[in-house]
Amino acid sequence: MVSFTKEQIEVPKSDEVKTSSLSVLFSRLLKPGGKNVGDFIFENTTRLFAFILLSLVLLMAYEMFSKSLPSIHKFGWGFIIRTTWDPVHDEFGALPFIFGTLFSSLIGLLIALPLSVGIAIFLSELSPHWLEQPVSLLVELLAAIPSIVYGLFGIFVMTPWLRDKVEPFLGNHFGFLPLFTGPPYGFGMLAAGLILTLMILPIIASISRDVMKAIPGSMREAAFALGATKWEVIKIVLSSSKSGILGATLLGLGRAVGETMAVTMVIGNTPGISSSLFAPGYTMASVLANEFTEATSDLYASSLIEIALLLFVLTIILNAAARFIVWSVTKKYKADY
Amino acid sequence: MKNKIKLILFGLIILISSVTSAQMKLNGAGATFPYVIYSKWFDVYHQKTGIEFNYQSIGSGGGIKQVIEGTVDFGASDAPMSDEQIKQFKDKQGSEILHFPTVMGAVVVTYNLPGVGKGLKLTPEVLSGIYLGQITKWNDSRITSINSGWYLPNKAIFVAHRSDGSGTTNIFSGYLSKISDAWKTKVGQGTSVNWPVGLGGKGNEGVAGIVKQTSGSIGYVELAYAVQNSLPYATLKNKAGNFVEPTFENVSSAAAGFIKNMPADLRVEITNADGKNSYPISGFTWLLITKNMKNKSKAKAIVDFLKWAVSDGQKYAKDLYYAPLPKEVIKLEEKKISTIALK
Repeated sequence: MVSFTKEQIEVPKSDEVKTSSLSVLFSRLLKPGGKNVGDFIFENTTRLFAFILLSLVLLMAYEMFSKSLPSIHKFGWGFIIRTTWDPVHDEFGALPFIFGTLFSSLIGLLIALPLSVGIAIFLSELSPHWLEQPVSLLVELLAAIPSIVYGLFGIFVMTPWLRDKVEPFLGNHFGFLPLFTGPPYGFGMLAAGLILTLMILPIIASISRDVMKAIPGSMREAAFALGATKWEVIKIVLSSSKSGILGATLLGLGRAVGETMAVTMVIGNTPGISSSLFAPGYTMASVLANEFTEATSDLYASSLIEIALLLFVLTIILNAAARFIVWSVTKKYKADY
Repeated sequence: MKNKIKLILFGLIILISSVTSAQMKLNGAGATFPYVIYSKWFDVYHQKTGIEFNYQSIGSGGGIKQVIEGTVDFGASDAPMSDEQIKQFKDKQGSEILHFPTVMGAVVVTYNLPGVGKGLKLTPEVLSGIYLGQITKWNDSRITSINSGWYLPNKAIFVAHRSDGSGTTNIFSGYLSKISDAWKTKVGQGTSVNWPVGLGGKGNEGVAGIVKQTSGSIGYVELAYAVQNSLPYATLKNKAGNFVEPTFENVSSAAAGFIKNMPADLRVEITNADGKNSYPISGFTWLLITKNMKNKSKAKAIVDFLKWAVSDGQKYAKDLYYAPLPKEVIKLEEKKISTIALK
């Protein structure tokens, strides 16, 4: 656990002025008890590993950027707001895919968030101890199911149900809203959103539970002692873990944005922008999975890579936001207690 | 200890080099559609001759790219290389690229209409009309007039297509481009196109999944997939005016029907072919071979393999749900194989 600190490497000013700093460094490295060669090598090897990771990310970003240059030159910033996707005539625009990615993720998030917070509250505040472990385990198990399984479930169970039951019902009763217009296909934004709900639920639920559990018990006891009801105590716990839940939500959003297989199987894969939940859509990850292998023209491949680059940037932004929020919450706790 | 390691390393090197010299290995990459028969061929041929093949089915587009970059010994594609790609290849590799059809496939139109079994009749006008979004109801007079035997409901037509780039879509959109000017100008031909209507499913199974579950739907899948899963399929009106089923014979007949229009480089799409039994949405899949390979022993191996594949190899086709090449095409190919430079 020895690490280089500035004081250890720096040459003491009083007695060793005449020796060069380099030889001091070496003598320090070899001195038993102080620094030794093994430590030096070990530290730098692990540092190398860390830098490999960093350079991998940078390399990926560079590769995607350089490979998408033809498309960037051709379409410029307009690529982001163009809506045509026509590989035959080499016309490409990313807006329907960006829209589809954000819209489907948003649906997933809006449904998953209240459910997950409910699960988390139950597990951390209300459930008897014997129930807590098995239910937590099941929730975490959901996260381990491969996405293709969710996709198959979506195709064979969910879309027929949506088409025959849910969408006609919504269309008949809430058809005046632009969200519920158009013919019920089953496949579409709603199906994608619901599949994403299932997939991000375990992430948000289990992290939120951990965050709530991290709230000190003394806080709850104090609240109870002041005469708070259970509901009021939960409100206090919730408000203290607000930022942590937000961070969990952003992590869930990150997963939703990058999800490929399950979404491709149920979203309908039609690049278009519609306010209706029933309408088919397309996401950035799906179009990459679908079209990249057979993209023959240079501009076509380059446009797909530019979509990958946009997705990369989007994911980085989301992850950075999640990190920032988790960081701010820990800082707040350090300040408070 | 050090000597021991040296000895082991030396032995390994000898072993590896002796293995590679005894067994030639040919690397290829490309289309997924013929992967099943290619694996069978490569396996049988390996047992026969000891020549090993390493084929990666990364997709036609990827196969063409690797051929142009010269990273593989042969490529495979469901669509012929474009003139521009051939030029790129010539600039980079300094040789011509040759196209060799190996087997044939076809695209069948499948549908889900309660009460209607297989054999719904479709004309080119109706099919293009449906995929252009101009015909939207099953009881449209253009459909009912040719299907007097079936009761067709007043139901919306639900269109399904492939969402992933594929040779199947290339053949299908190529056919529609040939028979409909509106399609040609508005949509065109490609492995992925800008569909005017419908939903996309990933892969044959994705399209078949949408069709199976949605009453009133229509979609297109590979012949092999339709046969294996016994999906109902439409009979199509061909150029000669007959309604034909997608059978292996009718698909092979399409290639034979095209023989007099066959260009020397065999780079041709045989959709909408002449011949009274020709199934109109048929197509070749090609192996892409460099005419003047640098490694002559590899060139020799590929020539021998090609000769075997277009003759003896064809007998494996039907069992694996591919249509074999008609003998007219095989004759042309044998002539073309002899142009590969061996010296």
